[in-house]
Amino acid sequence: MEALKEELKNKIIEQLNLEDVSVDEIADNDPLFGEGLGLDSIDALELIVMLDKDYGIKLSDPKEGKKIFESIDTMATYISENSPK
Amino acid sequence: MLNGELLYKGSEEEPFADFIKMAYKNLETDYSKFFKMDSLSKLAFLGADVLLKHENVVPEMEENIALVFSNNASSLDTDRKYQKSIEDNDNFYPSPAVFVYTLPNICMGEISIKHKLYSENSFFIFENFNPDYLYAYSAGLIEENKAEKVLCGWVNVDKEEYTAFLYLVTKEKTEIPHTIKEINSRY
Repeated sequence: MEALKEELKNKIIEQLNLEDVSVDEIADNDPLFGEGLGLDSIDALELIVMLDKDYGIKLSDPKEGKKIFESIDTMATYISENSPK
Repeated sequence: MLNGELLYKGSEEEPFADFIKMAYKNLETDYSKFFKMDSLSKLAFLGADVLLKHENVVPEMEENIALVFSNNASSLDTDRKYQKSIEDNDNFYPSPAVFVYTLPNICMGEISIKHKLYSENSFFIFENFNPDYLYAYSAGLIEENKAEKVLCGWVNVDKEEYTAFLYLVTKEKTEIPHTIKEINSRY
């Protein structure tokens, strides 16, 4: 699980072009949106694509994303429970 | 260059991505969303930011500065990247973050968000730099009181070729007259 969290942090920084953020600066329970990492609605769509492309998970209901993308912790838990890979 | 003064110079063979990143850092532009922009927006944003900061335009003042930009490649550079992400049916992952930049006028939106401009904006596609049209359009906006100032020019990115030429037209007369001849001489 720890390796997955580290991988997610790296992917988020790279794919969302968070140039001035390092892996160490993202705590596992930091909110990804709003006051946390400050991601926006386009980033949310990119995360949905990332789930599909890298982990084979298709979100049928985009509203699910709100809970899944709350933090690195929630993302990692959801992926480990739902990824067919 | 700003008013003839060199602000930052990259190396000749430097890729655009490296050049614009170093220019951003050297010009001390603090705006984390910069790195999410496409090449055209980065170039337009940085050019406008340098110029507006020099003119002491701060978002709190909410000045009525219209934006009139032009180029000849539209958003082709980003359109190609997006096309690449959707051409393979077996690897079909269109990127929303790339898609949002598949229009040239998005770069003006980025500038407007940073500087809180709620003003007129237009983006024209011309074969070549067209000072006659830019002059007439910006002069018209000022004469009709649609804007107090007009930030206009040419911002073009196509693969590794890029050009940005921006100037600010004001209602008040300055030592540099707003004429087609003057625009041409500075381009």
